Amino acid sequence: MTETTYREALRQALTDSMRRDPSIVILGEEVGKYGGAYGVTKGMLEEFGEARVRDTPISEEVIVGTAVGAAMTGLRPVAELMYVDFVTLAMDQLVNQAAKIRYMFGGQIGVPMVLRSQGGTGRSGAAQHSQSLEAWMMHTPGLHLAMPSTVTDAYHLLMHALTLHDPVVFLEHKGLYTMKGELKPERALPWGKAEVRRKGGDCTLVSYSRMVHFCLDAADSLSKEGIEAEVIDLRTLHPLDMDTVSESVSRTGKAMVVTEDCLTAGVSAEISARIMEEAFDFLEEPVLRLSGEDIPIPVSPELEKGSVPSVDRIISTAKMLMRR
Amino acid sequence: MTDQQEKQQALRFFRQLVRVRIFEERVSELFVQGGTAGSMLHLSIGEEAGAVGVMGAMREGDGFTTHHRGHGIFLARGADPKKMMAEIAGKSTGYCRGKGGSMHIADRGLGHLGANAIVGGGISHVVGAGLTYQMKHHGNAAVAFFGDGAMQQGVLYESMNLSALWKLPVMFVCVNNEYGMGTRLDHASASLEFEKRAETFGLLAAEVDGIDVFEVYNQSKNLLEDVRKGNPAFLKVNSYRFHGHARMDKSPYRDQQEEEEGRKKDAIAFLRDRIVKSGWYQETECDAIVEEVKQEMDEALNHARNAADPGADEMYEDVFDPQTTKPFPVDSRIRESLHLPQA
Repeated sequence: MTETTYREALRQALTDSMRRDPSIVILGEEVGKYGGAYGVTKGMLEEFGEARVRDTPISEEVIVGTAVGAAMTGLRPVAELMYVDFVTLAMDQLVNQAAKIRYMFGGQIGVPMVLRSQGGTGRSGAAQHSQSLEAWMMHTPGLHLAMPSTVTDAYHLLMHALTLHDPVVFLEHKGLYTMKGELKPERALPWGKAEVRRKGGDCTLVSYSRMVHFCLDAADSLSKEGIEAEVIDLRTLHPLDMDTVSESVSRTGKAMVVTEDCLTAGVSAEISARIMEEAFDFLEEPVLRLSGEDIPIPVSPELEKGSVPSVDRIISTAKMLMRR
Repeated sequence: MTDQQEKQQALRFFRQLVRVRIFEERVSELFVQGGTAGSMLHLSIGEEAGAVGVMGAMREGDGFTTHHRGHGIFLARGADPKKMMAEIAGKSTGYCRGKGGSMHIADRGLGHLGANAIVGGGISHVVGAGLTYQMKHHGNAAVAFFGDGAMQQGVLYESMNLSALWKLPVMFVCVNNEYGMGTRLDHASASLEFEKRAETFGLLAAEVDGIDVFEVYNQSKNLLEDVRKGNPAFLKVNSYRFHGHARMDKSPYRDQQEEEEGRKKDAIAFLRDRIVKSGWYQETECDAIVEEVKQEMDEALNHARNAADPGADEMYEDVFDPQTTKPFPVDSRIRESLHLPQA
């Protein structure tokens, strides 16, 4: 096993996939000479050349639209949007085109593309560079949605995304790129399967992406106070593995969903509704949702931290759930 | 071109133009009888030469996308009118098994990468197709068809820029019918010199009168030669939309005199006149072609009427590749929640 970073694991997945599959091309703003705004594609231009690692103008709609057209005709494009906030400029191509083409055309033509982007807080990017917009993608039938939290998942989920026959939105977290971890070479869990990151019998914390680490830190502290929390990492939001969640809740009877996206009509709303539907008989308390505040993300580092769940708030909320 | 070759070409074009016109008339009948799926049906009568002329210059292996007024373009590509009509009626024998309809018809085999109901929505897809051709299928071209309405959409200019920057084999074809729904072009566009816009991005550009299918064909052929070498191009075909925006639109925003004048821009009458005056065919022989086409399109209409609806379960198919994931029906979820047996 080797230790590497989340960023390098992503680059390794892209590199290994491109060596295997000549139809893969990367396109996006600053992906070539600059090496990616967060350095993920650094050095790839040198290995694969300008034909396969393509710098684009700042034209988000045509970046995604070109990827759609290329995917329809035999390439496997990886389009990169520098910030997920910029997906607003390409929403027609993602929502009306990529997600619906297989269906509208009666299954004749698939769109095997990966849209890589990153979101979340942590760098004082303010309201237009810090959002978590995964609920929009989750709300759109026809899209796979992966949100890796670990180095191993960054690698294996991206490797897997590059073998699927439908569009995959692959959302990284800007706060995880420098995170170090072991890259386990064997294939991780199957696509669409959640992973129990920590076992515990008192309550279930459901999360994904960076918030998984916050939940794990919180769970360590809670353990010192005699509360054993189970932490589930969803890994992909489509497909959504509710079986693992329901099984856990059937043992703990208490569930809390922790997400960085804003609360209203967000991912935690969907997960908690599903827990209510699928594990109603086991619930001892209402399902709690600890998510981002319903506000634009402020630039002040202190306010930014307060706008999304923190380790301390996960601890205090879990204690409330446990009536402690 | 020898006189004999020109005659053969003229007769081919004449049949194609008539096929588009009569197909659209039959679709219109189907609509009036309540046989089409949905209320949004956009006829291309008056725009036949743009479809037939450009398509005549395209080759096997080329790809294309169309706007929502694209029946004629697909038909000119060689589409089966039965499968087209069935799709427009939302039937299981249609090109998209009744899931797309008039505005989302497509066929991988004929290179039709899809009609699009978002104005400008399919334009950037030909940039991607052009990229594929540049990398894997050198010599093929990708063509985007759209109306004058899309000339005011930003994605067109993103697409022109990227095509020119990357030297992609892409042609942008604006079928100008003077109206974006009910808004006349000069109320929507500050400048009508569309070729200049394309030239600014480094594209080859031409304008052609859509009354003359030969002119459209020749211009397209010339441009496509350069396009295949990696010089993207823009072509504006000027025509007039004979009828309303959609079938129910009676065009209250334009007066009778304008419509009468506009409908004189009739590519079929124009070519027929040339065929007869050149002595290639007599009037009766032209009539015979029209009759043959009517019969063909009547058969298509009957096929669509009698074809089966898609099965109820097909609703959940084709959202994803069947090997991966399938939507879970709402009713099944409710029954699971209440521990009731599945229906």
